Amino acid sequence: MPTKHLAAATAAAFLMSTSLAPTAANAQTQVQWWHALTGQLGEALQEIVDDFNAMQDDYRVEAIYKGNYTETMNAAIAAFRAGEQPHIVQVFEVGTATMMAARGAIYPVQDLMIDAGYDFSVDDFVAAVASYYTTTDGELLSMPFNSSTPVLWYNKDHFEAAGLDPETPPRTWDEVGEFSRQIVDSGAAACGLSFGWQSWVLVENMSAWHDEPIGTAENGFAGLETEFVFHENAVVPRLIEQIGNWSQEGLFRYGGRRGDSLPLFTTGECSIWLNSSAYYGGIKEQADFAFGVGMLPYYDDIEAAPQNSIIGGATLWVLQGKPAEEYAAVAAFFDYLASAEVQAHWHQSTGYVPITTAAYELTLESGFYDEEPGTNISVEQLNLNEPTSNSKGLRFGNFVQIRDVINDELEAVWNGTKTAKQALEDAAAAGNTLLRRFEDANAS
Amino acid sequence: MLKNVTFNQKWIAYLLVAPQLLITLVFFIWPAAQALWQSVRREDPFGFSSRFVGLDNFQALFRDPNYLHSIQVTAVFSVSVTVLALALALLLAAFADRVIKGALGYNTLIILPYAVAPAVAGVLWLFMFHPTVGIIAYVLGGMGVSWNHYLYGNQAMTLVVIAAVWKQISYNFLFFLAGMQAIPKSLIEAAAIDAAGPGRRFWTIVFPLLSPTAFFLLVVNIIYAFFDTFAIIHAVTSGGPARATNIMVYKVYADGFVGLDFGGSAAQSVILMMVVITLTVLQFRYVERKVKYQ
Repeated sequence: MPTKHLAAATAAAFLMSTSLAPTAANAQTQVQWWHALTGQLGEALQEIVDDFNAMQDDYRVEAIYKGNYTETMNAAIAAFRAGEQPHIVQVFEVGTATMMAARGAIYPVQDLMIDAGYDFSVDDFVAAVASYYTTTDGELLSMPFNSSTPVLWYNKDHFEAAGLDPETPPRTWDEVGEFSRQIVDSGAAACGLSFGWQSWVLVENMSAWHDEPIGTAENGFAGLETEFVFHENAVVPRLIEQIGNWSQEGLFRYGGRRGDSLPLFTTGECSIWLNSSAYYGGIKEQADFAFGVGMLPYYDDIEAAPQNSIIGGATLWVLQGKPAEEYAAVAAFFDYLASAEVQAHWHQSTGYVPITTAAYELTLESGFYDEEPGTNISVEQLNLNEPTSNSKGLRFGNFVQIRDVINDELEAVWNGTKTAKQALEDAAAAGNTLLRRFEDANAS
Repeated sequence: MLKNVTFNQKWIAYLLVAPQLLITLVFFIWPAAQALWQSVRREDPFGFSSRFVGLDNFQALFRDPNYLHSIQVTAVFSVSVTVLALALALLLAAFADRVIKGALGYNTLIILPYAVAPAVAGVLWLFMFHPTVGIIAYVLGGMGVSWNHYLYGNQAMTLVVIAAVWKQISYNFLFFLAGMQAIPKSLIEAAAIDAAGPGRRFWTIVFPLLSPTAFFLLVVNIIYAFFDTFAIIHAVTSGGPARATNIMVYKVYADGFVGLDFGGSAAQSVILMMVVITLTVLQFRYVERKVKYQ
């Protein structure tokens, strides 16, 4: 019997999908959007698409989940090579250089909007977001969508138990050390500090936060000939050595790559956790203690710090090779997507930062930041100062692999098999080899 | 009376093997040829520029300390997995062979892990050994062992070896048990009458008669450790920490499908293919001599 029900249900679903498709295709222009968001984020995305489809009759956007960021990007590239590409693909920030280098494959979003007759200006976007995706000539290449930035999460209950002020998160790295020591010594928690996405937080963001370069040629913005310098800038070697010492001392506990270390924070093992602002929903759901959000720590003897933090997340790239009327549909959808109401709602429901100034102001007026304290930290961090050539982002080819190289070397520091200096030099050397390979493959 | 049926027409023989040949051609020969082709080229991900670079990709690999390290890791991993999976399966099979009551129950339980997909097996062990929420990590912590496979390379290696072995024991067990049950009881009984104890009976009668099975399993297990453990590594360690579990097949994936370096990745898969072919030939050449088919 159950199998029969299942068969009936499948048949019904099949009938529905086949009967819907032709009517939708009748007069409407179809747009395909491949994305990489699941769960709560995927639902919020689908909601935007459904609203757009419901509010007008000319265009129909179809959002298709294609796996994680890497899988989605690879699927789009493979589809492009086979001539079956979608109109829009969501690509994570480290894939930017790869997409950019393929000038023949992409339709810069700024050109798209202007060609379609929209009044489009990069200045409407939050500078720290847009600067990551613009050329040195100021042309915006892809549509900012979901962006986040690392912040400092801390456990207020632990702070209180250790005799610290629960309303004052550590401001500097030295304070992170002092507070952690006090927390561990007082027995408030087993460890003081942990973090995720370590290359993004400790190497990329900390360089930007102190206005120090990650690589030459404006962090790769100015050309493919860029080389890494993070191993000899004023902040990264110092910081990695310090955290390496904390690892041996037991103040810092390593919990794995990406967001794998989240349980260390939510189960109350570690008191301070550095990672993306987009963990807000997850932490709120899982933590049974009072938590707070602070800005990223810095070294107060470095004059430029704090500069501004840089983003992570993804943007929407438009691929070439489709008829003009379909691009008009894409432009109409982007116009809707970037509207202040849609962006403000997206920001408030997901924890991603608002990509336009208008969306930020709308959220501010609505009183959301007063109701959910800490959610404004990410925006404030990004807007702290006008981004410099060191802090507007980075653009390195093969950067997915390079991040793994950096992960590998940092892990060697945390487990004590390499010194910070040695590990960073090795990371830079291996990273430079990958940069040269990218330069070579894209020099045509 | 045996009736011999022979086909005189050759075409019918070709026709019968054709489907298999076609599958081999489409799913093995063609991709392998493509890998060879790509391994001597360098191109951007979108395929706008592609050019012949000779053996550059191979030279770059052997200059890369991380690649040489990956070869070492693969050797340690595959030897550990093969030896442990074979030894433990043999031990279990020897015991299960003696069980009379409830044999079906025991056997089913031992064979069960084979039905678990590698990625699921990986995640299962990952949960038990998770430094923060894992039950085994907790017990180990109580015994004074600080378990954190996200940080310590040998712990990560131990974990993926355990997961890979656990999954492969079932398969080996099945073959060993079948092999043991095919050994005529009369041989073992004769030895028992001559006062040979269980240990001696095993090593002088059962084990030599099992050698064809063991040899077959050796080949299969090495190939398993080289290729099929990919999902376990992917789910548990992603090759880390600090490349400690970055086996060759995982590096092929990471460079090709994550890094989009098709040339370098193809060169690695060509090398991997050669290594496995060489190992298999060597095994047939030297190990098989010691095998006694009845």
